[in-house]
Amino acid sequence: MGSEAVTTVSSHSGEPGRLAVERTPRRLASAIAGGSVTLAGPLADAAGSEAGLRRFLHGLPGVDQVGAEARAASLSTRSIKAGAKLWALELAVRMIDLTTLEGADTPGKVMSLCAKARRPDPTDAAVPSVAAVCVYPDLVPVAKRALAGSDVAVASVATAFPSGRASVAVKLADVGDAVAGGADEVDMVIDRGAFLSGRYGLVLDEVRAVKEACGQAHLKVILETGELVTYDNVRRASFVAMLGGADFIKTSTGKVSPAATLPVALVMLEAVRDFAELSGALVGVKVAGGIRGAKDAIRYLVVVNETVGEAWLDPSLFRIGASSLLNDLLMQRSKQLTGAYARPDDYGLS
Amino acid sequence: MTWEYAPAPESRAIVDLRPSYGLFVDGTFVEPTDGSTFKTVNPATEEVLAEVSEAGPVDVDRAVTAARRAQQEVWGPMRPSERAKYLFRVARIIQERSRELAVLETLDNGKPIKEARDVDVPLAAAHFFYYAGWVDKLEYAGYGPDPRPIGVAGQVIPWNFPLLMAAWKLAPALATGNTCVLKPAETTPLSALVLAEILQQADLPPGVVNILTGAGRTGAAIVAHPGVDKVAFTGSTKVGKEIQQAVAGTAKRLTLELGGKAANIVFEDAPIDEAVEGIVNGIFFNQGQVCCAGSRLLVQESVAEPVLERLKRRLQTLRLGDPLDKNTDIGAINSSEQLQRIQELSAAGEAEGAERWSPPCVLPERGFWFPPTLFTGVSQAHRIAREEIFGPVLSVLTFRTPEEAVAKANNTTYGLSAGVWTEKGSRILWMAGQLRAGVVWANTFNRFDPASPFGGYRESGFGREGGRHGLAAYLDV
Repeated sequence: MGSEAVTTVSSHSGEPGRLAVERTPRRLASAIAGGSVTLAGPLADAAGSEAGLRRFLHGLPGVDQVGAEARAASLSTRSIKAGAKLWALELAVRMIDLTTLEGADTPGKVMSLCAKARRPDPTDAAVPSVAAVCVYPDLVPVAKRALAGSDVAVASVATAFPSGRASVAVKLADVGDAVAGGADEVDMVIDRGAFLSGRYGLVLDEVRAVKEACGQAHLKVILETGELVTYDNVRRASFVAMLGGADFIKTSTGKVSPAATLPVALVMLEAVRDFAELSGALVGVKVAGGIRGAKDAIRYLVVVNETVGEAWLDPSLFRIGASSLLNDLLMQRSKQLTGAYARPDDYGLS
Repeated sequence: MTWEYAPAPESRAIVDLRPSYGLFVDGTFVEPTDGSTFKTVNPATEEVLAEVSEAGPVDVDRAVTAARRAQQEVWGPMRPSERAKYLFRVARIIQERSRELAVLETLDNGKPIKEARDVDVPLAAAHFFYYAGWVDKLEYAGYGPDPRPIGVAGQVIPWNFPLLMAAWKLAPALATGNTCVLKPAETTPLSALVLAEILQQADLPPGVVNILTGAGRTGAAIVAHPGVDKVAFTGSTKVGKEIQQAVAGTAKRLTLELGGKAANIVFEDAPIDEAVEGIVNGIFFNQGQVCCAGSRLLVQESVAEPVLERLKRRLQTLRLGDPLDKNTDIGAINSSEQLQRIQELSAAGEAEGAERWSPPCVLPERGFWFPPTLFTGVSQAHRIAREEIFGPVLSVLTFRTPEEAVAKANNTTYGLSAGVWTEKGSRILWMAGQLRAGVVWANTFNRFDPASPFGGYRESGFGREGGRHGLAAYLDV
């Protein structure tokens, strides 16, 4: 594997949006514009050429499926009680990207979501705001206005979310739209088709191009692990995204099942940990899709705590994409504080 | 910010300990004839849990006589489908009382509650379920058209998995129509005594299982009793040798499951993160007090450095402390004697020039504790590479080629288990053929299943427990 002679890549060349198959090794698109990370050693080799990238990805240690799932299952038996639970519940609130990604979204729906994001519990000022509100690009200006003056960021999905099946030009225009609307964070999807057919360089180039188009906005790269299927793929895709300049790697769009799972999060956190070791750069992880209960959220935090440690126990490095989760966190929090369970209708819909 | 997990102790209220326990003979609890007793303590706190009877030769004789009568009059002649019902019933009651059994096991043994709850007790029930299924199908087990029981089995078990070892011994013996005299270890008698209550609850006919508590003398008396047809022992190689000498020249059948010094072999193409988990599970499961523990890590030189780095980082996340806390990974050492042995061998490792490392770790003041420890720079000649430490102490050695890995792995007087970590299937198969070990785990370690036979080579003993093979030890074949 990895020999240049057998490497066939397809990439966008010259004119944006036109795909062509290249049969010779090439240098990958220039490094991240304004990138904060200077890659050295094995990472520089990986980022330097298609062959180098392939060599690097295929040289990563494999993930044993049974072992990874057993480790995640064993961490999920941790019992988090009392003060430790309260702390985790409030942290989880602060880590939420409160999300609505539906064709039926309206400005009204988004404004209501933003109100919820600023003050998840209007009756209790001690409840922190969430990290961000996540919407489609056309609703970014609405969210931006509704969140003005708050610490809540506006995140926008882009790059032909959720399928990513569009030309690079369209994807970049989508990103441009979101950024122009004021998005603080952009959640892009990778080209899973390109990844699965082994055209890692194409995926990397796209991440880089989007990163450039993001400007000051933070980039979250959605791997859509439910379509990558194997943990080996998850690990490799995590590295491609990080090499491309991702500020966060994210499990899923929420539109494909399975979305986030505990073992997938484990493998991605291991990748982030190893990348930090190689480059010194701390990349965040976002889990999204299907996380509805406070108990699930705490399980993810345990995996974070025992895989990468306390640095990642912060909204700047770990996010949870969710909507209904927020109210369960609030209910569990009030149970911890008062000893009594609240009713779902004690909290507003998000 | 550091996230400190709050204490999450399992309630011990579910266990109803009696101040003292008699011997379980012929279906009832009786006082020992000479009145001797001993105390069993919680190794995590040194608190006395209960007073337990010590069976003498007269008690052993009563138990063997009861077992003989039950075998000849009730259990042997019983229709297999009827016998199976009792085993199924025992399995179900173990499940019903699983929380109680798990807490009790943790109190008496010192192991973390998560292991007692997730491994010991469910596996004990699984063994009864598995062998219950064999009872009316023995003619299809490959031991002839009408395999017969041996008679009365004398069974002596260790303190590391008290309930599970009792299940390993009793389930196949009962399934094949034998009756039993079982002696649990003197430091961990309580779960076997609760198992006796469960046997009563299941209406098992009197005498089919007799449970005698006591120390080495009681075990020796059971082994030597002329009414015992078959001896099964799990424990140290030293005692195993004494037992073998004691039964030499008699018609008694014998199976021994003894010590080990297993090699856990990590190749450069291994799934490294999972291998690190396997190394941790291999040597720190049950504080390393496991006969098949992966106590020798053989790691290929080309990946030795990253593997050790990751291993050390991982050891820093292990949580040592109150065994009843649901988040505890490392519990107490079972007894002060065992702790002394671990301390002595670790000191020998340092004296012989190996480099000792433990993560920062505060040991509780009372009770018997030893931190997770690894030694690097270990040679094949060092005592810590040759002798079974039976504690949370890992000796790290390196190799360069698969042949060297095999040579080093087999360079031991034991042969119970081994682990191979590689993503190359062909290498796993080749290694499995080369390694002289009864169990070879591939990309996992310390996995147990009632359907899988378990046992050793050479000084690790002989005979197999578990699976279809486990039936042979209790059939007249």
